[in-house]
Amino acid sequence: MLLIHCPYCEEMREEEEFSPAGQAHIVRPLQPEEISDEQWAHYLFFRKNPRGLHHEMWLHAAGCRKYFNATRNTVTYEIMETYKMGLKPSVTASEEGQS
Amino acid sequence: MSNSIQVESPLHHAQLEQLIGQSSAGGIVLHEHKLLGHLNLRGNAADAEFLAGVKEALGVALPITPCSSAKSDLAQIMWLAPDEWLIIVASGSEVEIEQKLRTYLTGHFAVSDISGAQTLLELSGKDVIGLMKKSTGYDLHLDSFPVGKVVGTTFAKTGAHILRVSEDRFQLIVRRSFSDYVWLWIQHGSQEYGLTIV
Repeated sequence: MLLIHCPYCEEMREEEEFSPAGQAHIVRPLQPEEISDEQWAHYLFFRKNPRGLHHEMWLHAAGCRKYFNATRNTVTYEIMETYKMGLKPSVTASEEGQS
Repeated sequence: MSNSIQVESPLHHAQLEQLIGQSSAGGIVLHEHKLLGHLNLRGNAADAEFLAGVKEALGVALPITPCSSAKSDLAQIMWLAPDEWLIIVASGSEVEIEQKLRTYLTGHFAVSDISGAQTLLELSGKDVIGLMKKSTGYDLHLDSFPVGKVVGTTFAKTGAHILRVSEDRFQLIVRRSFSDYVWLWIQHGSQEYGLTIV
């Protein structure tokens, strides 16, 4: 069982309370009607599946019911940081020396 | 046929009243605080006017520290999320308090009467920590779960908000639809200690 830090409850909680919610920082196209179907499909359906560092959303489902962001290593499952919605990650792939 | 409507708690069918006094030696003591007024309040904790309005209406400042709670003669307030609180008031006073909040609050806020959606169970007794340890993964040590703290966590794999009223007394807010399950779980989990209904 992992302990995950909820940035809203401001403490470590059991993994059982959380549910993963996919890739973070996906920006909705500002003018959907002006982009091609392919670009729209990429926005809707295409997701990263990296080996290593990944920025993703988690939901504190049993606690404060807020979504937040996490930077996680998909190989080791280590969670480097969690941060509130709207904030930028402090750990990024370039800093880690990964692509 | 009568037109009168009888309000029933989610655990009406368990007939807890008839179990009162049947056993007095139990290490776990259960009491349902049934049919209390539950109000859900949402608003911006950074808005000074919102905070002042709530204090004016309820007589106590809104707890804005994560997982904290506050109490006045009128209401018990629990922090649920950075912009969401649960206000427990005496049975029958929920409409009056909701209107009071609407009088004192302006701007962007929401008050919902959710009294019918959940119920409040109180667990106490000398073995209550033993039952809690079986039921939730949250660390019950007083350093991590002091008196007055409220945590939204899992209880027997269902969601619950747990308030520590005193060292060996906990209040559980559970969903109406899960109250029967929690009741069965508490009976099962209390078998080794004995269960007293009060």
